[in-house]
Amino acid sequence: MNEQPLQSLDALRARQPRFRGLESGHRACQGCGEALAARLATEAAGPDVVIANATGCLEVFTTPWPQSAWRLPWIHSVFGNVAAVAAGMEAALKQQGRATQVLAFAGDGGTFDIGFQALSGMMERGHNVLFICFDNEAYMNTGVQRSGSTPHAAMTTTSPPGAVRMGKRHMKKDILSIIAAHHIPYAATASVAYPSDLRNKVRRAMDTEGASFLQIHSPCPLGWGHDGSLTIEVARLAVQTGLFPIIEMERGELIGTLPIRDPKPVSEYLKLQNRFRHLFADAYRARKELEHLQAIANRNIERFELRGVGIEKYDTEGADTVHRGGDRWA
Amino acid sequence: MALALEGSQALARTIALCRPQVVAAYPITPQTHIVEGIAKLVADGALDCEMVSVESEHSAASVALGAAVAGSRAYTASASQGILLMAEVLFDIAGLRIPLVMTCANRALSGPLNIWNDQQDSMAVRDAGWIQLYCATNQEAIDTTVQAFRIAERCELPVMVCVDGFTLTHTLEPLDLPSAEQVDGFLPAYRFRHGLDPADPRSLGTLVAPEHFSEVRHAHHQALMRAQTEIEQADSDWAAVVGRHCGGLLEVRGDPQARLGILTLGSVLGTLEDAMDNDPSLPRARFIKLRSYRPFPARALREACAGLDTLIVLERALSPGAGGIVGPEVQTAVIGMEAPPRVHNFAAGLGGRDLSLDLYQRLVDAVLNEARPEGFAIIDADPSLLPEADR
Amino acid sequence: MLEIRIHGRGGQGNVVAAYLLAAAAIDGGRYAQAFPAFGAERRGAPVAAFVRIDEQPIRRRCQVREPSFLIVQDPALMDVAGTLAGLRSHGTILVDGAETVIDDSGDNEIITMPATRLAMEHIGRPVPNTALLAAFITLTELMPLSALVDALAERFKGPVLEKNRKLVEAAAATIEAGRWREVAHGVGA
Repeated sequence: MNEQPLQSLDALRARQPRFRGLESGHRACQGCGEALAARLATEAAGPDVVIANATGCLEVFTTPWPQSAWRLPWIHSVFGNVAAVAAGMEAALKQQGRATQVLAFAGDGGTFDIGFQALSGMMERGHNVLFICFDNEAYMNTGVQRSGSTPHAAMTTTSPPGAVRMGKRHMKKDILSIIAAHHIPYAATASVAYPSDLRNKVRRAMDTEGASFLQIHSPCPLGWGHDGSLTIEVARLAVQTGLFPIIEMERGELIGTLPIRDPKPVSEYLKLQNRFRHLFADAYRARKELEHLQAIANRNIERFELRGVGIEKYDTEGADTVHRGGDRWA
Repeated sequence: MALALEGSQALARTIALCRPQVVAAYPITPQTHIVEGIAKLVADGALDCEMVSVESEHSAASVALGAAVAGSRAYTASASQGILLMAEVLFDIAGLRIPLVMTCANRALSGPLNIWNDQQDSMAVRDAGWIQLYCATNQEAIDTTVQAFRIAERCELPVMVCVDGFTLTHTLEPLDLPSAEQVDGFLPAYRFRHGLDPADPRSLGTLVAPEHFSEVRHAHHQALMRAQTEIEQADSDWAAVVGRHCGGLLEVRGDPQARLGILTLGSVLGTLEDAMDNDPSLPRARFIKLRSYRPFPARALREACAGLDTLIVLERALSPGAGGIVGPEVQTAVIGMEAPPRVHNFAAGLGGRDLSLDLYQRLVDAVLNEARPEGFAIIDADPSLLPEADR
Repeated sequence: MLEIRIHGRGGQGNVVAAYLLAAAAIDGGRYAQAFPAFGAERRGAPVAAFVRIDEQPIRRRCQVREPSFLIVQDPALMDVAGTLAGLRSHGTILVDGAETVIDDSGDNEIITMPATRLAMEHIGRPVPNTALLAAFITLTELMPLSALVDALAERFKGPVLEKNRKLVEAAAATIEAGRWREVAHGVGA
């Protein structure tokens, strides 16, 4: 057997044992949270899957014809129907008696908004599909317009701050509560800042019979206005501040959370992003909106009992640490 | 032997004979009896099929799409608003060249709300890139449905079987259903070359930039044009099995020597034929039953029009602000003839208005006895019912 | 071609009556066609359905405007505009009512029969359609009564079918067999 020299990155990649469903060489922006999330998710899902992908960045940057970055069977149909396409694939595979599993990929637009009806129908009918929402909190593919997932007060091109506005006037839709109301076997949130947790949840969802849902917080350097090198940092702060709670639900009941060891003020998260820049102006309304966002984070921490009780092995600080003896969460 | 069957029930049983593996539908009048019939066959264990009762037509088409790419024969049915709601998916299915079959139980479009028969719905998606076959009778709907699966799968194109809502779907009459052996012998097991399979992963529905998109459309257009051969072949092969033709692309009936032609789509033909045959004093007409509207059989149409002085194109839909939809296409096709007929274009029977026997005389009078210029009119509309300003 | 129009109210089994009559004719080797006057009516609203019977395949699909027979499932509908419209000059009317009455005073003979009452007695539901069909077939002798029972057997099984069979026999017994034979057979059926 010819041993390749290990100096080359390609050779190193070829030797690493992980399955890669999404290959490098795609056209995502530097620091794209969604590309990372999709790579982690397909890595955990393994090769025996078929993917339906809604319209969005993920579709566009992975498949400029005649190229494709997918090593998995993959289809894109239209924007709002990904859950239904996945349901159709699942029905077909079931009828054929095949074990191949079905993944549905959508951004927050394809999940919270235009794709919501199909998603609700798919869950209600209990198709054995894992629906993954890559939540980057706006319509990034069309140039950063507000979505039902855009956080309160965030700037987008359709929720610009101005003399009489402070960014998005409405709240971020509490999608997980709506999903939970469908009483599906498994629903969870995850963040690209906690990849072991993310992979674990994908595996758990795929081991679950029936519809499952995973919302992955995926920073968008372009849309959020942060440096591409800060993607993980920004994502982690969203969790550490309580603005993006990491939780798990079974049949609509909360079964687990990622505890926050030491909650950080929301301003630490917000100040890294241009989309919240207007909140740091020396103005009364800016201060009130900052207080409002802090209150939202506090409320999340209270509601899901996110505050840790000291140093825990698997909390916001320890979850992705390799511990002595090789012990790691996943 | 002929069975007394409602059109929808006959269609449900025919579809079951075609062994779809996934059926997805959302109920809409007048399509409901078809999917109810299939659901019962599934519930009774007579059809091994995943029946997905979706939450919208948009999802009905999407589920069928997903099933077809995952390797299953898929079917859906809809009408009217449902066709419009699934319109973007219909274009996508065709553009991705996914073979599946749907029944359109033709019905008017809102607004105002109207649940009755015309063909505005399928006409609204004529450019979706689907094969569209119109049925003149329930027997044709049965035979066309079986043929549609073979055409779809051989051409890698979706086929819409257009069946006049109520007029056909809700009419009980004697109908011949093929046997399972006949259908199985005609229709091989479903196979889609571009299906999704982890053993051979491919990407479907990718982003196609300007440097390739025109070629994609060209290929799609050519595939539809070539489908004419397959449509004729399927009809003659099926006729060899059951002894009945549906007319291939189009069928010439009535008086072949007549100088007056009437072109129709769908179920109005029988009423016109009956009207002409019942009254020998009426001028004779050659009927052209246009079965394949997409692909549009221009050459066959020119041959069918040879020797005609006048051709009436009768439609069950219109393009407001322009006139007819099929009429101008027929006009364009016959321009290539040495002696093209004068083409008159009428709509009738909109929103379920009853098309009675006297329609024939009205059509004939309108073009032979009046000095009417060529053009378009809704021939059975009564403008006197409207306020002066709207006439 | 024999053309029949059936009037009733939503929920009375008007379409079923038309389908049963056509199915009985088809099972007997004739050509027939049955369809409702398609509407969005809810229970209780006046509705109509059409039946054609012929020795030849039936091509026309227009509504029946000049029927030879009317079957009226609710006597109150006799006064509703349109019920009697277009009835041929020697056409006849069969209508549900309290008891059997023959009114041959006008151009169009009207036979009233207690179809709902018979239905209540035999099947326990106020649905006059089967009894009216049995009477209509008896009056016209368009086909043997067994054809109607065969058509019913496509819809009902076991004890329910048996009750319907008894209803058919009882309804036929209330009426003069062959009274409308000439009308039925004189118009080409």
